[in-house]
Order: sequence, then C-alpha cells, then structure tokens
Amino acid sequence: MITLDKNLCKGCNICTEFCHQHVYEESLTLDKKGVYVPNPKNVERCTKCQICSLMCPDQAIEVEEDDED
Amino acid sequence: MDETKENRFMKYLRRERLPNIFCAGCGIGIVMNTFFNGMEMAEVPLEEVVMASGIGCSSRIPGYVKCDSLHTTHGRPISFATGLKLANPEMNVVVFTGDGDAAAIGGNHLIHSARRNIDITVICINNSIYGMTGGQISPTSPQGSYATTAPYGALENPFDLSRLVTAAGASYVARWTTAHPLQLSKAIKKGLNNKGFSFIEVISQCHTYFGRKNRMGSPIDMLKWMKEESVVKRKADKMDESELEGKIIVGEFHNKPAPELSQINCKLLEDKCTAGKSSAFRSAYQGD
Repeated sequence: MITLDKNLCKGCNICTEFCHQHVYEESLTLDKKGVYVPNPKNVERCTKCQICSLMCPDQAIEVEEDDED
Repeated sequence: MDETKENRFMKYLRRERLPNIFCAGCGIGIVMNTFFNGMEMAEVPLEEVVMASGIGCSSRIPGYVKCDSLHTTHGRPISFATGLKLANPEMNVVVFTGDGDAAAIGGNHLIHSARRNIDITVICINNSIYGMTGGQISPTSPQGSYATTAPYGALENPFDLSRLVTAAGASYVARWTTAHPLQLSKAIKKGLNNKGFSFIEVISQCHTYFGRKNRMGSPIDMLKWMKEESVVKRKADKMDESELEGKIIVGEFHNKPAPELSQINCKLLEDKCTAGKSSAFRSAYQGD
C-alpha cells in the first residue's frame, strides 16, 4: 500500500524514474500547486524495496507492508 | 493525515516547517532521508544527536529536524562542533555542510579538525556550485564546467575533498552520490559508529544552477549522470588516469581507527584532576 502526501510532493518525479518495477506514472494534468504529481498506478508490482520513500526529497511517500503477508 | 500513513522519517521532522524550502528534486532531501536511515541502522537515538551547520542550502537541514542544533557562521560549523564535542563528549555531533562552506571559506577548519581526529561526523553535501547565491563557481566545480561566473568553463583544478581529508588525518572517509542511497546510508552508519573524525562526501544534484548551466536541467538527468559516471574506488584503483577523466570515484577512501581528541582530553583531565572529574563539562560546573 503506497500513500503519497500531495501537500508535500513537489512533482520532481524521481520516484517515477527510479522505481525499477515502474509502479509510478507521471500524471498528465497539473494539480492545484501546478506540478505533475506521480500516481502509484501499478501497486500490484511493488516489491516494497522502499527506494522511492528513501529517494523522495520531500518525505511525501510511505510504503506500508501488507498485514496479510 | 493518519500517522501510520506518513513517511517513516516524519517523526524526526518539524512538521510545521514542511514542505521544505529546497527546489523540487533537490538532493538535500535525499541526504536527510539517508541520514535518518543510517542513524536508525547505527541505533543512535535522535536525542543523542547534535547538529551544527554553517551557511548555504545544505546548512538548512538542522532547521527541519527535531533535535538540538546550531546554525552558525559561514564556514565555521566544524569549529562550533569541536566546542560542542569537547564540552559534552557523550553527544554524537553531526555537521551538515556544503562544498562552499567546508572547502572554500572553512577549508582550514576542515583540515585541522581532521588532523585532530575529533569524534564528529561531517556530512559534506557537494553540489559543485554555490547554489544559494546564484550559481557561482565553487572550489569543487569540475574543470570545464559552466557557471554564472564561468561562462567559458571553469579554468581551475577542483579540490578532491575526500583525498584532502584522508591526507589530513581523518579516520573514516567515504564518498557516495545521492543516486546511491543505500550505500550512503551504510557509510553514514559507519561514520556515526566510528570514534574519530568521519567525513562523508555526498555528490548531490543542483539542477537549478549546476544542471541548467551544464545541459542537465532536471534532477532525473543529473541523477542518471551521477549513476553512469561513478566508478567504485576498488575498480578505479586499477584504471588509468586517462580513463578516469570526468568520472566520479565513489566508495570508502579510508577506514583506520586512530586515537581521538575528546577521549585524550578526558583522560588528561582524569589524570591531572585530583577531584576525579571525568569530563570538561562536569569540571566547568563543579564550583557552583
């Protein structure tokens, strides 16, 4: 489960580029701040390696471990 | 927002000051994350950490972290940190500094702290340019790189900070880039656990100034450049000088424990003080 804080995200899309499973996708429309916030579209591919949350310069991403696993 | 759905490092940050002032995609945010990750790996609680910083973009980090901190004069954070460590040797003193702060104006403080081998951890965020003041050439700008004060490319040889600090006598020296967050976390962990002067140089992206002037306008371009151009030290040692042109040598440069200044100082106090006071901090308040 991936949570993205849209108030903190500045739309640099480092997560979109550096996720080796291509979980994120850059959105096509601007949000209220005028940035392209990434969208965690392919969540089922996520391996929970935590690279996106470690590389997010604005501490906007949290990747949670699933309880049922 | 639900606390369980927040970033795992949010508990260390001053929430009311977020979002931070850094440009979108700035490497300083990545260094903050890797520092917290390394701190968790080293099992150091944030209550035992004191941060000191000088002037520059990188020096704004302690303002966002919930810990004791000093925001000091330009180039002098290492001097303030030396005072902090000698006053209370039980604290983990961490200095966040930039390349202009550590290499240009505070170069002398850097080499002398390394010579003394005092137990502080210096994290130098090297973005090869003066980012806060408008993109001037810094002492670590690669030869031939462009900046607002170098429209025909930098003419001078850059400083190799890691080699400089190794030669000056530090006991742990490592260099990584922001494109290597896991290796960087491990280096920070080793630096925090090391008793002695630990210097961790982080090559970071300043896409706003360095990137724009050198045809890498986005943070992703710069991160890809750093990933492609970096060579691990073990491999670089076997390569020719001509092959290494324009490459970033990353890895552990030096790891050799040596006698540490604050411990020597405490021991001297214990030996010479008949009252049995073990640290400078306690002896200063003994008369009250």
